[in-house]
Amino acid sequence: MSGMVEKKGKAAWLVHLGLILGILVVCFPIYLAFIASTVSSGDLVRPPMPLLPGEHFIANYKEALFSGVNTPVWNMLLNSTIMALGIAIGKIIISLLSAFAIVYFRFPLRNVFFWLIFLTLMLPVEVRIVPTYEVVANFGMLNSYSGLILPLVASATATFLFRQFYLTVPDELAEAARVDGAGPMRFFVDILLPMSRTNIAALFVILFIYGWNQYLWPLLMTTDPDMNTIVMGIKQMFPSGDDLPNWPVIMATALLAMLPPVLVVVLMQNLFIKGLVDTEK
Amino acid sequence: MATLNLIDVKKSYGKDEVIHGVNFDIHDKEFVVIVGPSGCGKSTLLRMMAGLETVTAGEIKIKDRRVNELEPMERNIAMVFQNYALYPHMSVFDNMAYSLKIAKLGKAEIKARVDNAAKLLQLSEYLKRKPRQLSGGQRQRVAMGRAIVRKPDVFLFDEPLSNLDAKLRVQMRLEIKKLQRDLGVTSVYVTHDQVEAMTLGDRLMVLNGGYVEQFGSPIDLYERPASLFVAEFIGSPSMNIIDGHAADGVVELVNGVRLPGSSEVAGAVKAGIRPEHLSLDPAGVIAIRKGVAEQLGSSTLVHGTLDGSDIAISVALPGVHREEQLDDVMCFSVMEQGLHLFSADGKRV
Amino acid sequence: MDKRVTFSGWWLPMLLILPQLLITAIFFFWPAGQAIYQSAFMPDPFGLKTQFVGWDNFTFLFEDEYYLASFKTTAIFSLLVTALSMGVALWLALMADRIIKGSGTYRTLLIWPYAVAPAVAGVLWLFMFRPNVGLMSWYLDKVGYDWNHVLNDGQAMGLVVVASSWGRISYNFLFFLAGLQAVPKSVIEAAAIDGAHFWHRFRTIVFPLLAPTTFFLLVVNVVYAFFETFGVIHTITSGGPQQSTTIMVYKVYSDGFVGQDLGSSAAQSVVLLLIVGMLTIVQFKFIERKVHY
Repeated sequence: MSGMVEKKGKAAWLVHLGLILGILVVCFPIYLAFIASTVSSGDLVRPPMPLLPGEHFIANYKEALFSGVNTPVWNMLLNSTIMALGIAIGKIIISLLSAFAIVYFRFPLRNVFFWLIFLTLMLPVEVRIVPTYEVVANFGMLNSYSGLILPLVASATATFLFRQFYLTVPDELAEAARVDGAGPMRFFVDILLPMSRTNIAALFVILFIYGWNQYLWPLLMTTDPDMNTIVMGIKQMFPSGDDLPNWPVIMATALLAMLPPVLVVVLMQNLFIKGLVDTEK
Repeated sequence: MATLNLIDVKKSYGKDEVIHGVNFDIHDKEFVVIVGPSGCGKSTLLRMMAGLETVTAGEIKIKDRRVNELEPMERNIAMVFQNYALYPHMSVFDNMAYSLKIAKLGKAEIKARVDNAAKLLQLSEYLKRKPRQLSGGQRQRVAMGRAIVRKPDVFLFDEPLSNLDAKLRVQMRLEIKKLQRDLGVTSVYVTHDQVEAMTLGDRLMVLNGGYVEQFGSPIDLYERPASLFVAEFIGSPSMNIIDGHAADGVVELVNGVRLPGSSEVAGAVKAGIRPEHLSLDPAGVIAIRKGVAEQLGSSTLVHGTLDGSDIAISVALPGVHREEQLDDVMCFSVMEQGLHLFSADGKRV
Repeated sequence: MDKRVTFSGWWLPMLLILPQLLITAIFFFWPAGQAIYQSAFMPDPFGLKTQFVGWDNFTFLFEDEYYLASFKTTAIFSLLVTALSMGVALWLALMADRIIKGSGTYRTLLIWPYAVAPAVAGVLWLFMFRPNVGLMSWYLDKVGYDWNHVLNDGQAMGLVVVASSWGRISYNFLFFLAGLQAVPKSVIEAAAIDGAHFWHRFRTIVFPLLAPTTFFLLVVNVVYAFFETFGVIHTITSGGPQQSTTIMVYKVYSDGFVGQDLGSSAAQSVVLLLIVGMLTIVQFKFIERKVHY
């Protein structure tokens, strides 16, 4: 409805105004969180809370990062980074390989395997949470990075995305490579991988955010505060009894928790949108 | 000394046989074109020679060595694909050098060979570019270059010009011909375009439905088509075919016109006359009622019907003839050797 | 759809597919099998051993008013989250599509909340609505509205709905904007020349063309509300007050991990499994149909 049909003058300003209003409403919770992370605890128990930044910015963030409540936030950031990278990279690697096998080879049980992987589309981790927990516990992988990462690594989405992409690669390219003397793995590494790099990057953005924002799984898996990830660790910072939560430090942690994925989305916006559209259809 | 022999080669997909026993021998340095309509199995045959399709039965030999079980690379062939199949993320240089790198040649040798091929194909200034930065003709040359650098025993071309526009196609056709002569590499070239086939090939193989219709020099095929199919397929505009009856050395066409034929033929026949083998002759027996005339400049194509019937017939008149200056009914005689006779089952008689 | 050319051999592809198969088998099929198996057993009162009970877990489940309530809660919650997040997103997308210059900037400013984890969103909204002292609750008190989601069912539901919808607006906005921008300009212009006003154009031309996007988002948002909002509920209400915000996924967790009732939790997992299966089929039917467009 743009182009010629766009209204001029007052109507256009109304549209801009509406959008700005929408953005303000959407951004307001974050702004408030930022204010809260720059004031003292005392400022927050005497309503109404201030609406302009206070003077405790450095003190709050320092406290969050280096002492935290149960464990220093830098440690949780590290755990989250390892988990998010592990999930994203792990998924991409196993999916690249399995999609390559499915598209470029004919082997016994190929269709059976294909459907087995396909079925996992229907099983989000939340559904099979209790038995998966038991499996991981049996392997002794509680409170470990492998326990955090491995159950979330297998997913059909990435495999499907790469399969779709491989199918668009002209058959002749593989034939040319064969005539040139390249074996399957050589073709995969020299030709298919470099051609997939945009898809890989787009998928990485989406999977990194997916991994970073995991909540339920780390909540079950990590009983040791040292293994907490930041997204699940925030909730652990609330005291259990009637004690007052240390809101400035909690809000500083919340902002630190959203910073990496938000940066990824904003800085790699085009890849992010491509990834979103690719994975959701 | 690279020869290529196919001995009773067959190909089946499941129970469907698509190539029904093809035999031929290609001499060293020879340029053979396999031509036929789409789906006739020509590409399949080429891909079997390349090692991209398995051979169901029979034997393929390159330099007298059985290659059925060998990988494409081990056969020492090079292939040029219809869509060029250039690696999109590699520069022109890397595209050409890829097979040499796999073969673990030295850096200096690779550079020398690629530079040499690039010079031959006038690609020297484009070596750093990616395929998407090249024009269609340049991409085509890169695909050729990729084949040349390997110094293969045999070149295989799979409709390499069909993605180019008409003008470029003619130009590249000449370049391929010249290159093949200069390099002296045995070549097999697949196309559905009979003009390309006629101009390029030392010998032509016409393939139809997985059977070889005829294998011979372009002129052979033009002058003595072995079957109705070849007669109609080779030559442009294509041959006029008219039903008739032969007896006592005379062929009587369906509209009653009688032409001198061969005394050895008798019974129902199909008579074939090329449009360019009919000459304007007021005394000629073939009367044609004018339909439309197409001006090609160097000649004029007149499409009409045999007078007194509705059988379509075309005539090629040399030079320019304005439609309004042509008579409504014109008489033609058939040039010497211009009449081809085929039996009811399509065989030349 | 298959490729024409394939590499030969079978051990290499087996090797390539093995990592994914192993992980799928160990972390998907084994647990899913376990869930189905466990759903047929019940521990004795002392928790010493389990015994086979067949369908009993399911029978109990559907006689359990708390479970039936969680069904209803899930339905209401999903409906509200889907409607709110899609409605706001469509409104914003319609506006962003109307401007030529700067729509990229608005897009950048609107999409980043997608990256905020539901659990973090929960904390942010909880902070604003802390009873008595939160900024929003304090102002609500001022205008005479008593806010206390810790005690009030409806307010608790409202808060988790808003917190769950918030980050989702970005996602829906992106897809709606893409859908709107794919509507051919010529169609809109033709309608404008025919004298159709904005609202009329929207109703008769844009909305029908947007229907595939809308339907897709509907399914995706319901799936989101079902499974991915666990973090919001866990951080804000922990399912309370009196289970009024206990959606099905939350109940699987609280019965299985907090209540240690593995049989019932497994049976609930199986029920969820069936629901996901149905949603997936709906989604595939849709994709199938989309192919014919």
